[in-house]
Amino acid sequence: MHIPDGYLSPSTCAVLYGASVPFWYVALRRVKKFLATRLVPLLSVVAALAFVIMMFNLPLPGGTTGHAVGVAIATIILGPWASILAISIALLIQAAFFGDGGITTLGANCFNMAIVGSLVSYAVYRVAAGRTALTSSRRVVAAALAGYTAINAAAFCAAVEFGIQPLFFKDPNGAPLYAPYALSIAIPAMMIGHLTFAGLAELVLSAGVVAYFQRTDTSLLKLTAPGALPADQESRPAPSQSTWSTVRPLATALALLLALTPLGILAVGTAWGEWSARDFSNPHTREKIAAASRNAAPPVRAPHGLERLYSVWTAPFPQYAPAFVRRPAVGYALSATFGSGMIILVFLIAGSLAFRGRRQSSSAGSNMTAASDPTPIPASRDPALPKGEG
Amino acid sequence: MNFVERTLSSFVNAMERALYAEEHAKADGLLQRLDPRIKVIGILLVVIAAAMAHKLWVIGAAFAIALILAVSSRVSLAILTKRVWLPVLLFTGIIALPAPLVISGREVWRLPWLGWPLTAQGLASASYLVTRVETAATLSVLLILCTPWSHVLKALRVLGVPVLFVVILGMAYRYIFLLLESAHDMLESRRSRMVGELPGPERRRLAAASVGVLMSKTLQMSGDVYSAMLARGFRGEVYVLDDFKTARLDWIMLAVFVALASGVFYCGR
Repeated sequence: MHIPDGYLSPSTCAVLYGASVPFWYVALRRVKKFLATRLVPLLSVVAALAFVIMMFNLPLPGGTTGHAVGVAIATIILGPWASILAISIALLIQAAFFGDGGITTLGANCFNMAIVGSLVSYAVYRVAAGRTALTSSRRVVAAALAGYTAINAAAFCAAVEFGIQPLFFKDPNGAPLYAPYALSIAIPAMMIGHLTFAGLAELVLSAGVVAYFQRTDTSLLKLTAPGALPADQESRPAPSQSTWSTVRPLATALALLLALTPLGILAVGTAWGEWSARDFSNPHTREKIAAASRNAAPPVRAPHGLERLYSVWTAPFPQYAPAFVRRPAVGYALSATFGSGMIILVFLIAGSLAFRGRRQSSSAGSNMTAASDPTPIPASRDPALPKGEG
Repeated sequence: MNFVERTLSSFVNAMERALYAEEHAKADGLLQRLDPRIKVIGILLVVIAAAMAHKLWVIGAAFAIALILAVSSRVSLAILTKRVWLPVLLFTGIIALPAPLVISGREVWRLPWLGWPLTAQGLASASYLVTRVETAATLSVLLILCTPWSHVLKALRVLGVPVLFVVILGMAYRYIFLLLESAHDMLESRRSRMVGELPGPERRRLAAASVGVLMSKTLQMSGDVYSAMLARGFRGEVYVLDDFKTARLDWIMLAVFVALASGVFYCGR
């Protein structure tokens, strides 16, 4: 999904370059801090490797073949920041020298594949692999999932970038100037190919290489597995810790706030900039809009774009008022409880996956610690230290 | 042809392309004689101006500029056709093909059998896309064919790319070919020991193991490269020897590039 020149408008390209620069900057600083003088040789050689991996024709189930980017593998072995840099460099060489991908669209390609790909694969791998041993088969599944999700996330970003072109960039007659297909065509078109072939190729590569390293050299998998349990300790259940005592004050505060939420209904009117398309035609709300906007009168009816995009998504509980509840205060409190419950549930699931073995004694516990930065390359893998022969 | 052979042929194509580019960079043409920095800035300006154009004839004019540059730099149009124009037409053409049917607008023609309407806006959009991609691809290929890659990298400094990246890019480029050769030999030796077809899971294991072995070798190689650099006095600072000298032709051509890019930009608004 290397986007060629001409598919994205210069302003889209500029925005994506701008979005990539902070990530490149942070990645360079972090990688420099850990590698110091080893930065130049390691990054060059790994970028060359990323390039060669992209040329591999991978056999897929079903008899077809596909190409993988290798972003999940680079992230798992080197960490997300080094992966961002290595893949970006490989993409630049592909674009400039081999014409695979455009030069104006290099920022977009790096953002989609190198940045989004690396960060998504890192998050998915860490959550899915948890603290299992380096040789556990769950890590292979986690790697496969990380690769598949990363490629599809990158493809989705590319699809959105394509899809918004005809929305914003048209000539005076209405003909799209760049990628011609709207989101409703671009997203299915991109995702179908990546949910099947490209995603499968990445999945096969990531799982296969992690399985290979589990057989030959597990030290290479250590960087992105900071809390991995040794293989013999996995079967022993970890001592259960009650987290309820630490969480109880928070849970009490949450319950209190939930009870107080109907107070929010006391605030009248709509926040500035949160009007619906209908508000522009209603004389009562028009007055309020003008009053809140230094008496500038709003347009006679809702602007065309606003009206068209406003109803893109219809929420199940619009305006925090479920349809089946008559009293607004009750509906408000119910929505608050539902929303908080969903957030807690998501974190519980993520926490139980990431920290397998720690039994949670209550449903209100949330004991995820912040994901730590990857540790520096451990001494056993330090390429600068003298190694044995071969 | 199984995946091993396909991978091998893609490696060989890549190496061929590099050799070919180096040959062209030595010919005696207009672009070859220019300072790489002028070329990088000039060609980039024209590419950006063509990308911003809102009129089809302006993009066509930029394409004509690319053609003139190609002819005056002794790049054969047959080679450009084979390596750039046909592949782009195939790839982008297929993507742009449904546009006249899908984009709504003023109907211009109906397909004879199926009766599907083609719109003017759809045809215009398809033309914008194809001409823009062809123009940009031609210009960037010209830059690469007429300039040694190491010079292109050094010239990137004038665009503000940090020295560290230029050095890493240069090293990565060199090691690509080393790794390609290593991977090629590995797969070739495996292929010469293969009789008959491998079952699916075995093929996938072979592909993954090849990549795994390549990764291990790469990480080991980076350690060796690092030790070699240290042994030659590397302490972390990187330098690039810049020995470009601009002549009068360079400044004239820079003015020409700026004028052309401004013209394309102005007419294409």
